[in-house]
Amino acid sequence: MQTLERIIAEHPFFSELDAQYAQLLTGCASNVRFDSGTYLLKEGEGANEFFLIRHGSVALEIFAPQRKPIIIQTLGAGEILGWSWLLPPYRWRFHARAVEPTRAISFHGKCLRTKCEQNHDLGYELLKRLAGVMGQRLEATRLQLIDVYA
Amino acid sequence: MPVAYALHHVSQETDDTFTLVLEPKDGRSPESFQPGQFSMVWAFGAGEVPISISGDPSDAAHLTYTIRSVGPATRALVSAEAGTSVGVRGPFGRGWPVDAARERDVVIVAGGIGLAPLRPVIYRVLANRNEYGRLTILYGARRPADVLFREELVSWSLLPETQALVTVDSGDLGWTGHVGVVTTLFRHAKLFPHDSVAMICGPEVMMRFVAQELQARGMAQSNIFLSMERNMKCAVGFCGHCQWGPHFICKDGPVFPYSRIRPLLDRYEL
Ligand SMILES: Cc1cc2nc3c(=O)[nH]c(=O)nc-3n(C[C@H](O)[C@H](O)[C@H](O)COP(=O)(O)OP(=O)(O)OC[C@H]3O[C@@H](n4cnc5c(N)ncnc54)[C@H](O)[C@@H]3O)c2cc1C
Repeated sequence: MQTLERIIAEHPFFSELDAQYAQLLTGCASNVRFDSGTYLLKEGEGANEFFLIRHGSVALEIFAPQRKPIIIQTLGAGEILGWSWLLPPYRWRFHARAVEPTRAISFHGKCLRTKCEQNHDLGYELLKRLAGVMGQRLEATRLQLIDVYA
Repeated sequence: MPVAYALHHVSQETDDTFTLVLEPKDGRSPESFQPGQFSMVWAFGAGEVPISISGDPSDAAHLTYTIRSVGPATRALVSAEAGTSVGVRGPFGRGWPVDAARERDVVIVAGGIGLAPLRPVIYRVLANRNEYGRLTILYGARRPADVLFREELVSWSLLPETQALVTVDSGDLGWTGHVGVVTTLFRHAKLFPHDSVAMICGPEVMMRFVAQELQARGMAQSNIFLSMERNMKCAVGFCGHCQWGPHFICKDGPVFPYSRIRPLLDRYEL
């Protein structure tokens, strides 16, 4: 069986992460699984987790009054879910639902924040990686906005 | 002079897109074509428009087109009934590099109606499976209802050495596939960029971003090909209607290596 620390170190989001950081992060982590159709998180609820997706697929949904709910993005193996745990008010801005049986590593948000405050090198490392993903998602959103298939 | 064809049948792909299968009225075989070539298709009374051939290049009896209804000529074509006469000139233009791609992996990236001009490449690769490496098809559409050739996409995705991934810009809750622009599919694709040839078709802005993504993944510009489907009239390089910088799309293209057209593609307006 793979140890939690090894699973974390082998996830693409943490590729080439210093072993001491992987060890620190492991203290906040647990293995989780979701049946297809269940929600990992819901809009408005407290954002206390950060997920590394290992298997499966997760749909991010937005509900707008008088309109049908839509899926704005799907995330799969090797991707991450959620950064609302990082900044106040620590609330989710969308729903996330497993569309396939999904396995992930869940980190406790407050535990991560505390470790990052105590060890700024770890915090900077984590932020750099998160900023990279945010950049990619922002670019993808821009392409969605310009309606590239029109 | 256009050759007279009869509309054999029409099938509806999406709200506004239809596939038309034509057969020659004189009973002879249509001229053979290369994947990526187009015809000038004449809807009597409504004008002549360039349309890529979307059918199987080994089908010696029919010519197949997939047409999105956007204006008078395309509307007339998609609403014609079986038996209607349609004039066809061609095939014209330079198609996809299906010969140069032999022995290598083929990566197809399409957006919207752009899958139609690439479908003949897929048929060609599948009919000559041991001459090519892996086949990867990445396809993006606006909404689930806009996905072309759904059943074929599913059947291709089940074939060995073939990956077919579809994504939409936004999905309803019944959609269980990917959501995100087509470039987000690259993360799920098994690519070997140094030994692959990529063929891209879709709106220009999409092709530009896909070409950039492929380069970022290590693919050489000379192995990336795009189809520039800007409008044209004569289709043989006389009228200048489709002149684009130094190129005539009708005879130098519509398929170009990215290395040749990159400077033009990156300019705002030309
Ligand atoms: C080489 C080539 C291959 C093509 N292959 C296909 C195909 O396989 N299937 C298909 O449906 N269409 C294809 N097209 C586009 C097709 O030729 C046009 O949609 C058609 O000419 C529109 O004619 P219309 O009379 O119906 O509409 P028009 O009144 O001429 O145009 C209606 C609207 O569509 C826009 N438009 C016209 N031509 C184009 C174009 N080339 N690209 C983007 N917008 C355009 C116009 O600006 C206008 O807004 C291809 C074009 C080229 C140059």
